[in-house]
Formats: sequence, C-alpha cells, structure tokens
Amino acid sequence: MTNITLTVNGKSVSRDIPDETLLSEFLREHLRLTGTHVGCDTSQCGACVVHVDGKAAKSCTTLAVALDGAQVTTIEGLANGDLHPMQEAFTEHHGLQCGFCTPGMIMASVDIVNRYKAEGRTLTEKAIRHELEGNICRCTGYHNIVKAVESAAAKM
Amino acid sequence: MSTGIGARVPRKEDKRFITGKGRYTDDIRTDNQAYAAFVRSPHAHARIASIDTSDALAMDGVIDVLNGKQLTGDGIGNIICGWAVTSKDGSPMNMGAWSALATEKVRYVGDAVAVVIAETQAQARIAAEAVVVDYDMLPAVATADKALADGAPQIHDNAPGNLIYDWEIGDAAATDAALAGAAHVTEMALTNNRLSPNPMEPRSAVATYDTAEDHYTLYTTSQNPHVARLVLSAFYNVAPEHKLRVIAPDVGGGFGAKIYIYPEEITCLWASMKTQRSVKWTSDRSEAFLTDAHGRDHISTAKMGFDADGKVVGLKVDTIANFGAYMSLFSSAVPTYLYATLLSGQYDIANIHCNVRGVYTNTVPVDAYRGAGRPEACYLIERMMETAAREMGKDPAELRRANFVRSFPHETPVIMTYDSGDFGANLDQAMQAADVAGFATRKAEAASRGKLRGIGYSSYIEACGIAPSAAVGSLGAGVGLWESAEVRVNPVGTIEVLTGSHSHGQGHETTFAQIVAERFGIPIENVSIVHGDTDKVQFGMGTYGSRSGAVGMSAIVKAMDKVEAKVKKIAAHVLEASEADIVIEGGEVKVAGTDKAMAWHEVGLSAYTAHNLPPDMEPGLKEGAFYDPSNFTFPAGTYICEVEVDPETGVTEIVQFTASDDFGTIINPMIVEGQVHGGIAQGVGQAMLEQVVYDDEGQLITGSYMDYAMPRAADLPSYGVHHASTVCPGNPLGIKGCGEAGAIGTPPAVINAITDAIGNNNLAMPATPQAVWKALQAAN
Repeated sequence: MTNITLTVNGKSVSRDIPDETLLSEFLREHLRLTGTHVGCDTSQCGACVVHVDGKAAKSCTTLAVALDGAQVTTIEGLANGDLHPMQEAFTEHHGLQCGFCTPGMIMASVDIVNRYKAEGRTLTEKAIRHELEGNICRCTGYHNIVKAVESAAAKM
Repeated sequence: MSTGIGARVPRKEDKRFITGKGRYTDDIRTDNQAYAAFVRSPHAHARIASIDTSDALAMDGVIDVLNGKQLTGDGIGNIICGWAVTSKDGSPMNMGAWSALATEKVRYVGDAVAVVIAETQAQARIAAEAVVVDYDMLPAVATADKALADGAPQIHDNAPGNLIYDWEIGDAAATDAALAGAAHVTEMALTNNRLSPNPMEPRSAVATYDTAEDHYTLYTTSQNPHVARLVLSAFYNVAPEHKLRVIAPDVGGGFGAKIYIYPEEITCLWASMKTQRSVKWTSDRSEAFLTDAHGRDHISTAKMGFDADGKVVGLKVDTIANFGAYMSLFSSAVPTYLYATLLSGQYDIANIHCNVRGVYTNTVPVDAYRGAGRPEACYLIERMMETAAREMGKDPAELRRANFVRSFPHETPVIMTYDSGDFGANLDQAMQAADVAGFATRKAEAASRGKLRGIGYSSYIEACGIAPSAAVGSLGAGVGLWESAEVRVNPVGTIEVLTGSHSHGQGHETTFAQIVAERFGIPIENVSIVHGDTDKVQFGMGTYGSRSGAVGMSAIVKAMDKVEAKVKKIAAHVLEASEADIVIEGGEVKVAGTDKAMAWHEVGLSAYTAHNLPPDMEPGLKEGAFYDPSNFTFPAGTYICEVEVDPETGVTEIVQFTASDDFGTIINPMIVEGQVHGGIAQGVGQAMLEQVVYDDEGQLITGSYMDYAMPRAADLPSYGVHHASTVCPGNPLGIKGCGEAGAIGTPPAVINAITDAIGNNNLAMPATPQAVWKALQAAN
C-alpha cells in the first residue's frame, strides 16, 4: 500500500492504495468517478483517456502511485458548470451514439486541439483522423466525431 | 424549432454521456459486492478429467469456487437456441447440450468450467488461475468445411458429422433447368469472413439475491432485458419471472452481441443465491473476444444464370455456415430465414434454390451480428452481379437496373413479399451524387499519380421490422416478435412512454419523444422515454434487426391512438361538444371552428381529478398497446464506392463513398444518418480490416485489438449519405428501419471497387494490402 495525494478535477484527494492500482481503477473504484471507461486491456481503445498535468493519458495503463502530486482531469471535471466547447460540439454534431467511448474521445480531442493550437498548426480533417488513432468508436463511423472536433477547434 | 417528424432534434440523452454521468452496468456497485472470475478452458476440445479447487479456496478473499456439476445439480437448465429449423428430410435440428459451466467436455477455447467468487476482482482473478483443471485433450476443428469432412472430430454426440441441419429453400429442379438453359452462367466461390461484433462496452452483470423476498435482481448489458428474464426464468430455472428483475441500464453498443443470454449472466445469478452475496462480473476485452458471439462465417458456392438479354433466369447457392461449439439463441435462423430468404436481392428472379448446412466447430458460438444473414446474402448477390456484368461486358449499373423489381407487392421464390420500393430512384440518386459520369476522368487523373482507381456498386435489400409473430412462428421461432408500449399522461400533462424497445446508442429517448410531442402538440421536454427495466415496462422484445422504429414506435402510435380517443371523449364532455368535432393542436384540445378549448394539461388534470368525466368512464389517462407487424419491412438502396489502390504496396484508400437509402419515413435525419455512418464503418471493417482467425487447433489468434483490426478514424472516409424514400405501407408511420443497412450494403461495394481497380474478381475479405497486392500480381 502506498499513500498518494493528487488533485482530481480541482480537488485534493489522498488515499492509501495497493501499488498495482491503475489510474482507471483509482478513478472508478476509489473515487467513484465512473465517467472514465475501460474498453480494452491492451491500451488501444482510448475510452479511458484523462488529462494528467494537462496532457492526454490512457488511465488504464497508468499506475496511480506514479501520480503523487499530479493534476488529473476527468470528463466529470472538464468544464466548470457549463459545457466545454468540445462537449457541446459532440452533441451538436451527433458525435456520439452509445456514449461509451465518448468521455475518452472528448478528452483526447481536447488534447489534440490544445496541442495544435500551442504549436500553431492547422488541424485538418486528415490530421484529426490521424490523431484519433488511439481512440476506437464502434457506433459513429467517426464521420460526426471528426466534424465535432473541427467545429470545437474553431471555438476553443 | 420543430421537434416533430423529420426534425434534426439534438439528442435528449447526450448530456449524461458527454459529462460522464452515463450509468453503465460496470458503474453499478451494490452493497455487499463480491466479484466473479471464470475459469476458462485453454483447449478447444477436451474432456474434463477433474477440477481441483482446494488451492483457490484457500486464497485470500475467496468466498467460493463453483463448478458445472453443482450448477446442473441445482437444476439450472441448459442454454437454448430459440428457433427450430427443420432439415430438408424432415428431421429436427441437432442441438447439443450447452451448460453455463461445462460438466463433461469443453468445446472451445474460453468455454467456462468453474467460477471463483471473491471479495475483490483482483482476488477472484488470481484465484481463478489457481483452479487446477485436468483435461484429456481431444482433436479439434475450427472451420466448417473441415468439420464436415470424413473423420473430423465429433463435437456433440447427437450431431453426427457435426451437422446441425441440412436445409433448403426454393425449387432445385426448376433452378437447375433455368441454369442449363442460360446464355451465360457466372460461377463464384465466396466466403463471408468471421467477425467479432465488439461493442465498446464489454459485457457485464451484477446479480443480487434478496433472501428475505427470495427475489433476484440482475443488471446486465442487454439489448432485450425482458427476453433475458423470460429465458432465465422459463428455460434456465433461475427464478420465476415475478421473482426476477432484469435491468439493462445505459448499454454501450450491442450490434447483436448483447441479444443473447450468456453463461456468465446465468452463473452470476445462481452464484448470488449460492453465496448470498451480490456478484459482479465484467468482461475484459480479451474475454470478450473469447466469449461474445461472433458473426458471419459462411462458405458458399453460387451460380447465376442470365438469358441473352442479360435477364437473370436462375440463382443456385450452396452455403456452409459455421455455428461454433454451441447453438446460440438465434443462431439457427441467421443462415436460413435471415439469409436465404433475401437471395433475390432487388431483382426479379424466377428461380432460386439455396441449400444450407449448419455445422458445429470448436470455436465461439456464432449468432446475429449487425445485419445477421442479410449482409451474407447481399455480399453474394452483389459480387455475382458485378462479376457477371464484367464477364458479359455490360455496365454493372445497367445490368442491375434491367433486373430490378418494379411492381409491388412482389413475391420472390424465397418466400419474401416485398411491399414497396423504387430501386431505380436510389440507383439514380447514388449515381448522380457519386458523379459516376466523371469517373473516367478521375481514374485517368489517379493513373497519372500511379494509382489504380476503381468503382463498385451494391444495390442491397434487407428484411427488417422483425417480425410478424404468426409468420415467424410457422417457421420455427420460439417467441412472437411484436412490441409493446404504454403511454402515461400525468395529471400535469407531461408524458412518460414505457417501451419494450431498448436503446443502446440508437437515440430512442429523442426519436420516440419526437412522435409523441408532435402528436399531442406538447414540448418535447415534457416527454420521457422509459425502457430497459422489467419492473417498469411490462414486457417487450427488445432492439435488434432494425425493429425499434418499425415495430417499437408502431406500438407507441397504437397506444397514442387510444389516449387520443379518451382525450377527445373527456374534452367533448367538458366542452359540451361532439366528440367528432374535437381536434388536438398547438397544445390545446379544441372544438374545431370555435374558440372553445382546453389546454392539454387541463385534460390530463380532468382525467385524474375525475370530477367531471363522461358517465361510466374510468379515471386516469394511461393506455397500453401491443403491435404485431403484418409483414417484414424492406429497406433498400444503392451504395457506390470508389477506391485508389497503390499497385506497389496494395494499400487501398476509399476516396469516395456514396449511399442512397430508402428507409421509408425518417423521424430524425441526424440520428438516421448516424446509423448509416456506423453501419458503413462496420461494412468497411468487414471488407478491408476485420477477420477472426483460429489456428488448426482451435486457438484464437485474433484475441485483442493488437491482432483484430478494428476500423479507426484514419481507415475511413467521410460518407455521402442520401435518401430517396418510399413510404412503407405496412405500419402506421411508414417506417422501414435504418440500423443495419450500412453493414449490409457496404462490403460488396468496397470489394467490387477494389476488384475493378486491380482487374481481378478473385479477392476475398478482408482485402488487406497483402491480399490486394497478391490479387493484383495474379491479375498481371
């Protein structure tokens, strides 16, 4: 067991956890933040993506004990009160159906837009499709997800 | 903004999903929660000599370890196939016994033999590794053709030669004669590759037993919770229906894989009673590949004959269907009544005969996956049609057009009666949107860049609106396939609709609310859709086969008809007018042509205060209905795919994809287009990426997303989706259904485009770069 203290969605949390606890398990089972999903066991599907210190990370392959002192943002904490432009764009463009991949897809997409903006690069449709390689959706065929990310990028 | 029929209403359900507030089965944790981990066979075929649980039982946190003999000893019944298909010699299908936990033999890698119940998931999984099962290995067989061969391993004693049934449809002699007299016969051997459905939410179950009430509750990832309760109760003897509540909360996609009642749900319920603990199991993706029912897996040969004018005179098909190790719930119907009955496609064909052999193998059970039988039929017909056009030097679009069914109703030789459609209109719309006229220019331009550009068509038809109960009953179905609904108008005029349909991505909470809001002129915010809980909704058959629009919403319309009739009686009484003069519009219930009116909520209140109701009228405003369809519905359309192949590498890019669909009436075009997008993506997946692979010993090779190629964003294009609709005459809203079309129409369009580009018709799915490159070399 190891004691860790980190900031999750702006609040400080401290827990004694087994060393093998994954961040996804820590969020879902210890903090009961069940918006972060686990859709595979090979770090491929991206349903578990959260932000660690402002960057996208797959919480299913991140050990929670490695994050002592880190800032973690989950889908529950992405926006304060109102919706984040990416959340709005996903519903406006029908970028979700069953909703299971959606939290990871939104968190990954926010990270993509942030990175391109920071680097001054243009986010084309092709770039969005390439950047979403680590997130699998089985429902939408990605068409409307790509539109949502394009739309949100213009507003972020 | 309009919220009625035809409006692109944003989804009411979205907010919880985009904010992380969705409630899926694995998000539920009950008091007294324990966790299950299954001990699974690592062998494809073996006898169980012994199971030693002593080490596992002694491990930290382990509550119990249970096996198949205990399960059957407690009277838990075998898993059933719910559709009886009769062989052509009149004999019944050979269904082998399937116990939720194997007792004597294991028949596929992943077959469960025991279950560990422990305090934590980690403890359960570690202890499952410590259960020692002694197996006597048996030879295994993974493919249907090898399972039929002489000397193949015998999987079930009561299915000699591994044959489940040998079934036929159509007139063999007449078809043979038509082919003998044909001016041209196209012959092909076609396989329909085996797929894993892969909804992104893995299956999960939380089972709780209440000792005081002798009552069970099951949260589960189901497309049809009432069917789950019925089967768990009537066949698996878990508990009588009134002592079993099944809840399918938010469900993260289904695509068929969550129709069936699997060993894990049964075992968790039984274990919750045995251990007096709430038992939770959530599959990981590796377990999902090993246990979720797979789809497709047909091997076929076919002959299509044409007269000198290019008219199809006959189609003869022989198909072998791989069922896996056990017969899953709908498995028997998929390669027969959902497949062979669609072999006439969009064409007027006088003679069709199809023979189907269902075969056991040492693989995961195979059942319905998005489209279920219809993609296999469409792939066969549309590959044949395109290849025939090339062989005869005809334009593939015009060959199709010359053979289209043009008048309705049209009875095919394979027992379907098409009710409506305008196949030429869809072909024209697709050709125009795809700019087929400009293809030669695009091909030349691609050639200048060293790319091979090809174009391929697919004109699909499917049967949805599953299904008229008496018709499917006569064909062997064990249940009726109607749907139910209840419309509850509250005293303040808001409405709850209880539906037996289940939404796991389809957006019913929005679409269903649209038809209610429009009908009664109330804000869509005032309508709630309730589904997925057997304690709330009385009964329902659930969602699969694109049935929730055509069947589920028809039941809602029937219930609304009854509500409207009562509302008019109440208003006529209160307003002292004739019932025939009452109209409902703009949120009011009025006397036509006067200023006499009641607000909608005033009628609701009147029904419940009951101070001034017509004599003999019961208080309240709540009506239920069951809707049983009169026929299948027949969505149809044409898809056109354009690809560019890099001849050096075989890498293929879909550069344009155009769909024209006839879905009948469309309630929410945004949602319908989303269904088409997702279907096309799964169709492209089948055509170019996905393939479940077993080795000769029955070991699953493609057991993770590292090995099984799921379509990702960069694998897919944007899609051009168009509609040219005819109204379905068979249901009150004129709906045909849209959920499966993309997965049905897409694969042949893609393969026809690639084979056009490379000049070789001999290309199997999935058309990976290696397969395309090899086919290209063979052509040169």
